[in-house]
Amino acid sequence: MNRKGIDKEERSKLLSRRNVLKGTAFGLASLAIPFGTADASVWEAFFQKHFQEMNEDEKKRVVQRLEDEYAKKFGAKFNIKTTKAEPGVLFGYGLDLSRCIGCRRCVYACVRENNQSRDPQIHWITVLRFKKGEKWVNDLEEAEKYYNPDKVPEEGYFYMPVQCQQCGSPPCVKVCPTQATWKEPDGIVVVDYNWCIGCRYCMAACPYGARRFNWGRPNIQKKEINQETHYLGNRPRYTGVVEKCTFCIQRVRENPGKYPACVEICPVGARKFGNLLDPNSEIRYIIKHKRVFRLKEDLNTKPQFYYFFGS
Amino acid sequence: MKNNTILCIAAFLIALSGLLISADVNATDMEKAIEQEKALREGKVKESYGIPKFFVSPPVFSEGMFPCSQCHAGMEPNPERRELMFHTEIAEGFDHAEEQRWCLDCHNPDNRDKLRLVSGKLISFEESYDLCGQCHGTIFRDWKAGIHGKRDGMWNGKKKYRLCVHCHYPHWPKFQGFKPLPPPENPRDIRYRKLSQDETPLNPLGDNQDYEIPLSKEKK
Ligand code: SF4
Ligand code: SF4
Repeated sequence: MNRKGIDKEERSKLLSRRNVLKGTAFGLASLAIPFGTADASVWEAFFQKHFQEMNEDEKKRVVQRLEDEYAKKFGAKFNIKTTKAEPGVLFGYGLDLSRCIGCRRCVYACVRENNQSRDPQIHWITVLRFKKGEKWVNDLEEAEKYYNPDKVPEEGYFYMPVQCQQCGSPPCVKVCPTQATWKEPDGIVVVDYNWCIGCRYCMAACPYGARRFNWGRPNIQKKEINQETHYLGNRPRYTGVVEKCTFCIQRVRENPGKYPACVEICPVGARKFGNLLDPNSEIRYIIKHKRVFRLKEDLNTKPQFYYFFGS
Repeated sequence: MKNNTILCIAAFLIALSGLLISADVNATDMEKAIEQEKALREGKVKESYGIPKFFVSPPVFSEGMFPCSQCHAGMEPNPERRELMFHTEIAEGFDHAEEQRWCLDCHNPDNRDKLRLVSGKLISFEESYDLCGQCHGTIFRDWKAGIHGKRDGMWNGKKKYRLCVHCHYPHWPKFQGFKPLPPPENPRDIRYRKLSQDETPLNPLGDNQDYEIPLSKEKK
């Protein structure tokens, strides 16, 4: 409940612990960073502050450093936004299970928009297939995710895409030892790839299997890179960090902001998105007029992702 | 003594309310939303969803088909169910309450460039949703609210709509299936190469290529 209250306390504790560590780390780092390769930016990266503690100037410097780093690495000019959450906005997502045909267009639109690694392969969305009439909601083990028929939808089956549910009380945030993942005021759970140490506690904590780990170096063909990015979203990731759906933070945090990529691609219009605090939004209409449920609600994660039956 | 207990309880309650207010969402936003919702439920304000204004494209016609009056202008309208000489593929594939209906139940007999509602009102092909909405009322309502059908554009700004006929061919409207995109890789097909002695598994400072865990993928 008292997310903010506890967070602040915990964070300040952690941060002061980090300050203490800094002194020791300085000594260690000088061992870890080989001489010669250690230019200023490496040091800056090592001592980068927590994103929520940075002021605008500091953010600008970090963004500049990253843009330079990416330009060198990918030979492409990136735009990294740090757009803040808009007051009065709490994002909610709706997915119509009576419409989804399991075509996986959403999976690949997301990969493209969000610079997911193509090889090794990372998908933020998993589309699950269930036999009609079988016990399913809390028994996702029955699901098939490698289905590959000539034509979807198939007779006798239905489909349920799963991605990050942007929980109201996210277990992944609680377990992160470095506070590299947190919930933003507009409800998006974000990851700072520069603070993630790759312990994967959050992956173990997530009841939806929504988080992905970069086991190898993320690979994307240059011509497929999306250069419009957000610091907390689709900017390029490192080996050994965790990533996941952010409701396309780089698209939705604008005024006006585009729908998430998966909403826009879905050929049957199964995916809906909007502001939970706006009574005229599409998502509020759904909650009011349709049969709605949230996945694994009994775990008290309070997802901001609503599955519904349009008809 | 008693006073102390009361003070304690009061302090506790104040602290608790403080915690509650700092909960997930900005409290004033939530209050506003609840108030609006209440007003809606009590009928003080009306929920209204109008016909959207932004369509991605005009209705689609097979090439050279429109305007229908090119051919139909000089023809005598015939409402009989019969074998058609033209539009044969439509007659053959017709699968949309075909027992109850025939061409002129939707197409206007006198001016073929228009559609006709049951009320006799003539509408253009751009407004065909009104025709569909005569039978599919609940879906029509959902579509106006932005729930049924594909939408793109801005979540908090201009949205682009599609007409019913952009996704449902009116003469056999059932959504036609297609090939799904490929399934995800099965982890069992991914092989990791063993690190040789002088390789370091992870670079703590980011991803310098020299520190990579090299991946190779061979199928079993
Ligand atoms: S694109 Fe839409 S229909 Fe296709 S799998 Fe995704 S949600 Fe389902
Ligand atoms: S909202 Fe964006 S990031 Fe999330 S699944 Fe959809 S496309 Fe991917």
